[in-house]
Amino acid sequence: MTNSGPPRPPAYFASRVFSIAVAVAVGLATSPFWYGAAAGGRPARPAPAIAEAAGEACVLPLDRIRVEHPALLAAWRDEAVREGRRMRGAAGHGAAGLEKSLTGTCLRCHADRAAFCDACHTDLAVAPTCWECHVDPAGVAGGGRR
Amino acid sequence: MTCTRRDVLRAIGLAALGGAGLGGAGLRLALAQDVRDAAHGRYALVIDLPRWAGLDPAVRRRCVDACHRAHNVPDLSTERSPLPRAERRERHAIRWIREVGFEAAFAAQGHPLLAATLREAAVPVLCNHCDRPPCVRVCPTRATWRRDDGAVMMDMHRCIGCRYCVMACPYGARSFNFRDPRPGLAEIDPGFPTRTRGVVEKCSFCAERLEAGGIPACVEALAAELGEGSPFTFGQVGDGPVARALAERFTITRKPELGTSPHVFYAVG
Repeated sequence: MTNSGPPRPPAYFASRVFSIAVAVAVGLATSPFWYGAAAGGRPARPAPAIAEAAGEACVLPLDRIRVEHPALLAAWRDEAVREGRRMRGAAGHGAAGLEKSLTGTCLRCHADRAAFCDACHTDLAVAPTCWECHVDPAGVAGGGRR
Repeated sequence: MTCTRRDVLRAIGLAALGGAGLGGAGLRLALAQDVRDAAHGRYALVIDLPRWAGLDPAVRRRCVDACHRAHNVPDLSTERSPLPRAERRERHAIRWIREVGFEAAFAAQGHPLLAATLREAAVPVLCNHCDRPPCVRVCPTRATWRRDDGAVMMDMHRCIGCRYCVMACPYGARSFNFRDPRPGLAEIDPGFPTRTRGVVEKCSFCAERLEAGGIPACVEALAAELGEGSPFTFGQVGDGPVARALAERFTITRKPELGTSPHVFYAVG
Protein backbone atom coordinates (compact mmCIF):
# COMPACT_ATOMS: atom_id res chain seq x y z
CA MET A 1 0.00 0.00 0.00
CA THR A 2 1.40 3.40 -0.80
CA ASN A 3 2.10 5.79 2.08
CA SER A 4 -0.29 8.71 1.66
CA GLY A 5 0.47 10.74 4.88
CA PRO A 6 -1.72 11.22 8.00
CA PRO A 7 -5.40 10.27 7.60
CA ARG A 8 -7.57 13.16 6.64
CA PRO A 9 -10.46 14.00 9.02
CA PRO A 10 -13.86 12.79 7.88
CA ALA A 11 -15.90 15.38 6.10
CA TYR A 12 -18.48 16.02 8.82
CA PHE A 13 -16.00 17.62 11.25
CA ALA A 14 -15.47 20.41 8.80
CA SER A 15 -19.12 20.91 7.96
CA ARG A 16 -21.13 23.94 8.93
CA VAL A 17 -23.82 21.81 10.61
CA PHE A 18 -21.26 20.44 12.99
CA SER A 19 -20.00 23.90 13.94
CA ILE A 20 -23.52 25.11 14.66
CA ALA A 21 -24.20 22.02 16.77
CA VAL A 22 -21.05 22.63 18.84
CA ALA A 23 -22.01 26.26 19.42
CA VAL A 24 -25.50 25.28 20.59
CA ALA A 25 -24.09 22.61 22.96
CA VAL A 26 -21.60 25.03 24.55
CA GLY A 27 -24.38 27.57 24.96
CA LEU A 28 -26.59 25.04 26.72
CA ALA A 29 -23.79 23.87 28.98
CA THR A 30 -22.96 27.39 30.13
CA SER A 31 -26.60 28.45 30.34
CA PRO A 32 -26.67 28.65 34.15
CA PHE A 33 -23.98 31.30 34.10
CA TRP A 34 -25.43 33.68 31.51
CA TYR A 35 -28.95 33.06 32.77
CA GLY A 36 -27.88 34.04 36.31
CA ALA A 37 -26.05 37.08 35.06
CA ALA A 38 -29.12 38.15 33.10
CA ALA A 39 -31.31 37.70 36.18
CA GLY A 40 -29.15 40.17 38.15
CA GLY A 41 -26.62 38.07 40.04
CA ARG A 42 -27.44 35.66 42.93
CA PRO A 43 -31.16 35.44 43.66
CA ALA A 44 -32.19 36.83 47.03
CA ARG A 45 -32.45 34.32 49.88
CA PRO A 46 -34.19 35.08 53.16
CA ALA A 47 -31.60 35.71 55.87
CA PRO A 48 -32.13 33.39 58.86
CA ALA A 49 -33.43 35.07 61.98
CA ILE A 50 -30.66 34.64 64.52
CA ALA A 51 -31.64 35.19 68.12
CA GLU A 52 -29.92 38.08 69.87
CA ALA A 53 -27.26 37.19 72.37
CA ALA A 54 -28.00 37.87 76.00
CA GLY A 55 -24.58 38.64 77.33
CA GLU A 56 -21.51 40.77 76.92
CA ALA A 57 -19.18 40.69 73.95
CA CYS A 58 -18.55 37.38 72.20
CA VAL A 59 -15.21 35.62 72.49
CA LEU A 60 -14.31 36.95 69.04
CA PRO A 61 -15.51 40.02 67.07
CA LEU A 62 -18.57 39.41 64.92
CA ASP A 63 -16.87 39.27 61.55
CA ARG A 64 -14.30 36.80 62.85
CA ILE A 65 -16.62 34.60 64.86
CA ARG A 66 -18.93 34.10 61.90
CA VAL A 67 -16.12 32.79 59.77
CA GLU A 68 -13.97 31.08 62.37
CA HIS A 69 -16.37 29.47 64.81
CA PRO A 70 -15.86 25.92 63.45
CA ALA A 71 -12.09 26.25 63.78
CA LEU A 72 -12.44 27.94 67.17
CA LEU A 73 -14.58 25.13 68.55
CA ALA A 74 -12.23 22.51 67.16
CA ALA A 75 -9.25 24.25 68.75
CA TRP A 76 -11.11 24.53 72.05
CA ARG A 77 -11.99 20.86 71.86
CA ASP A 78 -8.39 19.76 71.54
CA GLU A 79 -7.04 22.24 74.07
CA ALA A 80 -9.68 21.53 76.70
CA VAL A 81 -9.95 17.76 76.35
CA ARG A 82 -6.54 16.64 75.20
CA GLU A 83 -4.30 19.26 76.75
CA GLY A 84 -6.33 20.03 79.85
CA ARG A 85 -6.23 23.79 79.24
CA ARG A 86 -9.87 24.49 79.84
CA MET A 87 -9.76 28.16 80.75
CA ARG A 88 -9.20 30.91 78.24
CA GLY A 89 -6.58 33.40 79.26
CA ALA A 90 -2.96 34.21 78.70
CA ALA A 91 -1.59 31.73 81.20
CA GLY A 92 -3.55 28.80 79.84
CA HIS A 93 -4.32 26.09 82.34
CA GLY A 94 -6.27 27.35 85.34
CA ALA A 95 -6.25 31.01 84.33
CA ALA A 96 -9.27 33.08 85.19
CA GLY A 97 -11.66 33.76 82.35
CA LEU A 98 -14.15 31.91 80.27
CA GLU A 99 -14.14 28.16 80.02
CA LYS A 100 -13.60 26.64 76.59
CA SER A 101 -17.01 25.05 76.63
CA LEU A 102 -19.79 24.92 74.07
CA THR A 103 -22.54 24.51 76.63
CA GLY A 104 -20.82 26.44 79.37
CA THR A 105 -19.69 29.53 77.46
CA CYS A 106 -21.32 29.77 74.03
CA LEU A 107 -24.76 28.77 75.21
CA ARG A 108 -24.50 30.99 78.25
CA CYS A 109 -25.27 33.91 75.95
CA HIS A 110 -26.85 32.20 72.94
CA ALA A 111 -29.19 30.32 75.19
CA ASP A 112 -31.41 28.52 72.70
CA ARG A 113 -29.44 26.60 70.12
CA ALA A 114 -32.53 26.00 68.00
CA ALA A 115 -33.02 29.74 67.62
CA PHE A 116 -29.35 30.50 67.18
CA CYS A 117 -27.17 27.70 65.83
CA ASP A 118 -29.86 25.81 63.94
CA ALA A 119 -31.29 28.95 62.32
CA CYS A 120 -28.28 29.28 60.04
CA HIS A 121 -27.30 25.65 59.89
CA THR A 122 -30.63 24.28 58.69
CA ASP A 123 -30.88 27.10 56.17
CA LEU A 124 -27.53 26.09 54.75
CA ALA A 125 -28.12 22.33 55.07
CA VAL A 126 -25.24 21.91 57.52
CA ALA A 127 -25.68 19.31 60.25
CA PRO A 128 -22.84 19.41 62.79
CA THR A 129 -22.99 16.59 65.30
CA CYS A 130 -22.26 18.66 68.42
CA TRP A 131 -25.62 18.06 70.01
CA GLU A 132 -25.43 14.29 69.90
CA CYS A 133 -23.25 14.60 72.99
CA HIS A 134 -23.11 18.19 74.14
CA VAL A 135 -26.09 19.21 76.16
CA ASP A 136 -28.43 21.97 75.08
CA PRO A 137 -29.85 23.22 78.38
CA ALA A 138 -32.97 24.58 76.69
CA GLY A 139 -33.61 21.20 75.10
CA VAL A 140 -33.30 19.23 78.31
CA ALA A 141 -35.05 21.68 80.59
CA GLY A 142 -38.10 20.05 82.11
CA GLY A 143 -36.96 16.52 81.43
CA GLY A 144 -36.51 16.66 77.68
CA ARG A 145 -33.67 14.73 76.12
CA ARG A 146 -32.60 16.83 73.16
CA MET B 1 41.86 -9.59 54.54
CA THR B 2 40.11 -12.76 55.56
CA CYS B 3 37.49 -12.79 58.25
CA THR B 4 37.99 -15.80 60.47
CA ARG B 5 35.49 -17.51 62.69
CA ARG B 6 37.26 -16.06 65.71
CA ASP B 7 36.64 -12.53 64.36
CA VAL B 8 32.96 -13.25 63.98
CA LEU B 9 32.66 -14.64 67.50
CA ARG B 10 34.53 -11.68 68.94
CA ALA B 11 32.23 -9.24 67.13
CA ILE B 12 29.13 -11.04 68.41
CA GLY B 13 30.46 -10.99 71.97
CA LEU B 14 31.19 -7.27 71.87
CA ALA B 15 27.77 -6.53 70.40
CA ALA B 16 26.09 -8.54 73.13
CA LEU B 17 27.98 -6.65 75.83
CA GLY B 18 27.07 -3.31 74.26
CA GLY B 19 23.42 -4.33 73.96
CA ALA B 20 23.31 -5.35 77.60
CA GLY B 21 24.72 -1.97 78.57
CA LEU B 22 22.08 -0.15 76.57
CA GLY B 23 19.37 -2.38 78.01
CA GLY B 24 20.53 -1.58 81.50
CA ALA B 25 20.42 2.13 80.75
CA GLY B 26 16.92 1.74 79.36
CA LEU B 27 15.76 -0.06 82.48
CA ARG B 28 17.18 2.70 84.66
CA LEU B 29 15.29 5.27 82.61
CA ALA B 30 12.05 3.29 82.94
CA LEU B 31 12.39 3.07 86.71
CA ALA B 32 13.16 6.78 86.88
CA GLN B 33 9.84 7.44 85.14
CA ASP B 34 7.93 6.05 88.13
CA VAL B 35 9.92 8.21 90.51
CA ARG B 36 9.24 11.26 88.37
CA ASP B 37 5.53 10.52 88.35
CA ALA B 38 5.44 10.39 92.11
CA ALA B 39 7.19 13.73 92.30
CA HIS B 40 4.92 15.28 89.66
CA GLY B 41 1.82 14.45 91.64
CA ARG B 42 0.33 11.15 90.61
CA TYR B 43 -3.25 10.51 91.67
CA ALA B 44 -4.36 7.27 93.27
CA LEU B 45 -7.38 5.94 95.10
CA VAL B 46 -7.22 3.74 98.19
CA ILE B 47 -10.36 1.76 98.95
CA ASP B 48 -10.77 0.38 102.45
CA LEU B 49 -12.43 -2.89 101.58
CA PRO B 50 -13.71 -3.99 105.00
CA ARG B 51 -15.09 -0.52 105.60
CA TRP B 52 -16.83 -0.50 102.23
CA ALA B 53 -18.27 -3.94 102.84
CA GLY B 54 -19.62 -2.76 106.17
CA LEU B 55 -21.51 0.13 104.63
CA ASP B 56 -25.26 0.13 104.26
CA PRO B 57 -26.17 -0.92 100.70
CA ALA B 58 -28.06 2.33 100.25
CA VAL B 59 -24.89 4.31 100.99
CA ARG B 60 -22.94 2.24 98.48
CA ARG B 61 -25.68 2.77 95.93
CA ARG B 62 -25.53 6.55 96.53
CA CYS B 63 -21.80 6.54 95.87
CA VAL B 64 -22.30 4.85 92.51
CA ASP B 65 -25.23 7.13 91.71
CA ALA B 66 -23.18 10.23 92.52
CA CYS B 67 -20.71 9.26 89.81
CA HIS B 68 -23.30 8.26 87.25
CA ARG B 69 -25.46 11.30 87.83
CA ALA B 70 -22.55 13.71 87.62
CA HIS B 71 -21.51 12.29 84.26
CA ASN B 72 -24.86 11.50 82.63
CA VAL B 73 -24.17 7.77 82.66
CA PRO B 74 -27.36 6.06 81.45
CA ASP B 75 -29.20 3.21 83.10
CA LEU B 76 -30.09 0.84 80.32
CA SER B 77 -30.41 -2.41 82.22
CA THR B 78 -31.71 -2.25 85.78
CA GLU B 79 -35.23 -1.98 87.09
CA ARG B 80 -34.62 1.72 87.76
CA SER B 81 -34.06 2.43 84.08
CA PRO B 82 -36.37 4.90 82.32
CA LEU B 83 -36.49 2.48 79.41
CA PRO B 84 -39.54 0.27 79.04
CA ARG B 85 -38.94 -3.17 80.50
CA ALA B 86 -38.75 -4.85 77.10
CA GLU B 87 -35.89 -2.61 75.97
CA ARG B 88 -33.58 -3.09 78.95
CA ARG B 89 -30.49 -5.12 78.20
CA GLU B 90 -27.76 -6.13 80.62
CA ARG B 91 -25.30 -6.24 77.72
CA HIS B 92 -25.95 -2.54 77.04
CA ALA B 93 -25.14 -1.53 80.61
CA ILE B 94 -22.71 1.35 81.09
CA ARG B 95 -20.94 1.42 84.41
CA TRP B 96 -18.13 3.74 85.41
CA ILE B 97 -17.99 2.26 88.91
CA ARG B 98 -19.69 -0.95 89.99
CA GLU B 99 -19.58 -3.69 92.60
CA VAL B 100 -18.40 -7.20 91.86
CA GLY B 101 -17.71 -10.19 94.07
CA PHE B 102 -14.31 -10.78 95.65
CA GLU B 103 -13.57 -13.72 93.35
CA ALA B 104 -14.34 -11.61 90.29
CA ALA B 105 -12.19 -8.71 91.46
CA PHE B 106 -9.24 -10.63 92.84
CA ALA B 107 -9.32 -13.97 91.10
CA ALA B 108 -5.85 -15.18 92.01
CA GLN B 109 -5.67 -13.69 95.47
CA GLY B 110 -8.54 -15.43 97.20
CA HIS B 111 -8.71 -18.91 98.67
CA PRO B 112 -11.50 -21.14 99.96
CA LEU B 113 -10.89 -20.27 103.61
CA LEU B 114 -10.89 -16.50 103.12
CA ALA B 115 -12.44 -14.47 105.93
CA ALA B 116 -16.17 -14.12 105.46
CA THR B 117 -16.06 -10.35 105.52
CA LEU B 118 -13.82 -10.41 102.47
CA ARG B 119 -15.26 -13.41 100.71
CA GLU B 120 -18.76 -11.99 100.68
CA ALA B 121 -17.72 -8.41 100.11
CA ALA B 122 -19.00 -6.47 97.16
CA VAL B 123 -15.84 -4.90 95.82
CA PRO B 124 -16.11 -1.52 94.07
CA VAL B 125 -14.22 -1.67 90.81
CA LEU B 126 -13.50 1.13 88.38
CA CYS B 127 -10.83 2.13 85.95
CA ASN B 128 -7.52 1.55 87.67
CA HIS B 129 -5.70 4.35 85.85
CA CYS B 130 -2.70 2.15 85.36
CA ASP B 131 0.85 3.32 84.90
CA ARG B 132 1.15 1.10 81.83
CA PRO B 133 -2.40 0.96 80.54
CA PRO B 134 -3.03 -1.72 77.90
CA CYS B 135 -6.00 0.25 76.61
CA VAL B 136 -3.81 3.24 75.77
CA ARG B 137 -1.34 1.01 74.03
CA VAL B 138 -3.88 -0.48 71.65
CA CYS B 139 -6.00 2.54 70.82
CA PRO B 140 -5.59 3.17 67.08
CA THR B 141 -6.58 6.83 67.21
CA ARG B 142 -5.08 7.94 70.52
CA ALA B 143 -8.58 8.59 71.78
CA THR B 144 -7.37 7.41 75.17
CA TRP B 145 -4.10 8.43 76.74
CA ARG B 146 -2.40 8.60 80.07
CA ARG B 147 -1.98 12.05 81.55
CA ASP B 148 1.08 13.06 83.52
CA ASP B 149 -0.91 13.05 86.75
CA GLY B 150 -1.85 9.42 86.17
CA ALA B 151 -5.43 9.74 84.98
CA VAL B 152 -6.19 7.73 81.85
CA MET B 153 -8.29 10.06 79.73
CA MET B 154 -10.93 9.59 77.06
CA ASP B 155 -11.53 11.86 74.08
CA MET B 156 -14.98 11.01 72.78
CA HIS B 157 -14.43 13.14 69.68
CA ARG B 158 -11.68 10.88 68.51
CA CYS B 159 -13.03 7.51 69.56
CA ILE B 160 -14.06 5.45 66.55
CA GLY B 161 -15.74 2.73 68.57
CA CYS B 162 -13.46 -0.10 67.54
CA ARG B 163 -13.55 -1.43 71.13
CA TYR B 164 -9.95 -2.53 71.04
CA CYS B 165 -9.52 -0.87 74.43
CA VAL B 166 -12.48 -2.79 75.83
CA MET B 167 -10.77 -5.98 74.78
CA ALA B 168 -7.40 -4.87 76.08
CA CYS B 169 -8.49 -3.76 79.53
CA PRO B 170 -7.90 -6.70 81.87
CA TYR B 171 -10.31 -5.30 84.45
CA GLY B 172 -13.48 -4.85 82.44
CA ALA B 173 -13.49 -1.19 83.34
CA ARG B 174 -14.67 0.13 80.01
CA SER B 175 -18.16 0.22 78.56
CA PHE B 176 -19.25 0.64 74.97
CA ASN B 177 -22.35 2.57 73.95
CA PHE B 178 -24.25 -0.01 71.96
CA ARG B 179 -27.22 2.29 71.70
CA ASP B 180 -28.12 5.94 72.13
CA PRO B 181 -27.65 6.54 75.85
CA ARG B 182 -30.05 9.46 76.24
CA PRO B 183 -33.27 7.44 76.58
CA GLY B 184 -31.60 5.76 79.55
CA LEU B 185 -31.17 9.08 81.35
CA ALA B 186 -33.99 10.10 83.64
CA GLU B 187 -32.50 13.57 83.85
CA ILE B 188 -29.58 15.12 82.01
CA ASP B 189 -27.12 17.25 83.92
CA PRO B 190 -26.27 20.15 81.58
CA GLY B 191 -22.92 20.59 83.29
CA PHE B 192 -21.44 17.56 81.56
CA PRO B 193 -21.93 16.16 78.08
CA THR B 194 -23.55 12.84 77.38
CA ARG B 195 -22.02 10.36 75.00
CA THR B 196 -23.42 9.12 71.74
CA ARG B 197 -23.88 5.67 70.35
CA GLY B 198 -20.60 4.16 69.20
CA VAL B 199 -18.02 5.39 71.70
CA VAL B 200 -16.36 3.81 74.70
CA GLU B 201 -16.48 5.42 78.12
CA LYS B 202 -15.07 4.82 81.57
CA CYS B 203 -14.20 6.46 84.85
CA SER B 204 -11.96 9.47 84.23
CA PHE B 205 -10.97 10.15 87.85
CA CYS B 206 -13.33 13.10 87.37
CA ALA B 207 -10.66 14.88 85.38
CA GLU B 208 -12.83 17.95 84.94
CA ARG B 209 -13.24 18.20 88.73
CA LEU B 210 -9.53 17.67 89.34
CA GLU B 211 -8.72 20.50 86.93
CA ALA B 212 -11.02 22.76 88.94
CA GLY B 213 -9.27 21.74 92.16
CA GLY B 214 -11.92 19.28 93.32
CA ILE B 215 -12.05 15.56 94.07
CA PRO B 216 -13.89 12.76 92.27
CA ALA B 217 -17.65 12.58 92.68
CA CYS B 218 -17.63 9.14 94.32
CA VAL B 219 -15.06 10.24 96.91
CA GLU B 220 -16.95 13.43 97.56
CA ALA B 221 -20.27 11.64 98.02
CA LEU B 222 -18.84 9.23 100.58
CA ALA B 223 -16.92 11.95 102.38
CA ALA B 224 -20.07 14.06 102.63
CA GLU B 225 -21.97 11.19 104.22
CA LEU B 226 -19.28 9.53 106.31
CA GLY B 227 -16.51 12.08 106.87
CA GLU B 228 -13.41 10.39 108.28
CA GLY B 229 -15.10 7.01 108.11
CA SER B 230 -15.25 7.06 104.32
CA PRO B 231 -13.68 4.02 102.68
CA PHE B 232 -12.37 6.07 99.76
CA THR B 233 -9.13 7.98 100.12
CA PHE B 234 -8.08 9.98 97.09
CA GLY B 235 -5.01 12.07 96.55
CA GLN B 236 -1.48 12.07 95.30
CA VAL B 237 0.81 9.15 96.01
CA GLY B 238 3.71 11.25 97.20
CA ASP B 239 2.12 12.76 100.30
CA GLY B 240 -1.09 13.23 102.21
CA PRO B 241 -3.78 10.73 103.12
CA VAL B 242 -3.03 8.35 100.27
CA ALA B 243 0.61 8.04 101.22
CA ARG B 244 -0.41 7.46 104.82
CA ALA B 245 -2.96 4.82 103.88
CA LEU B 246 -0.46 3.02 101.66
CA ALA B 247 2.16 3.09 104.40
CA GLU B 248 -0.11 1.93 107.21
CA ARG B 249 -2.31 -0.68 105.55
CA PHE B 250 -1.81 -3.86 103.62
CA THR B 251 -2.97 -2.94 100.12
CA ILE B 252 -3.41 -5.06 97.04
CA THR B 253 -4.24 -4.28 93.44
CA ARG B 254 -6.15 -6.21 90.84
CA LYS B 255 -4.18 -8.60 88.63
CA PRO B 256 -0.72 -7.39 89.63
CA GLU B 257 0.89 -10.18 87.63
CA LEU B 258 -0.02 -8.40 84.37
CA GLY B 259 2.40 -5.55 85.01
CA THR B 260 -0.07 -2.75 84.34
CA SER B 261 0.70 -1.09 87.71
CA PRO B 262 -2.86 -0.08 88.63
CA HIS B 263 -3.34 2.84 90.96
CA VAL B 264 -6.56 1.88 92.63
CA PHE B 265 -5.42 0.17 95.83
CA TYR B 266 -7.58 -2.01 98.03
CA ALA B 267 -6.72 -2.03 101.71
CA VAL B 268 -7.67 -5.47 102.88
CA GLY B 269 -5.98 -5.62 106.26
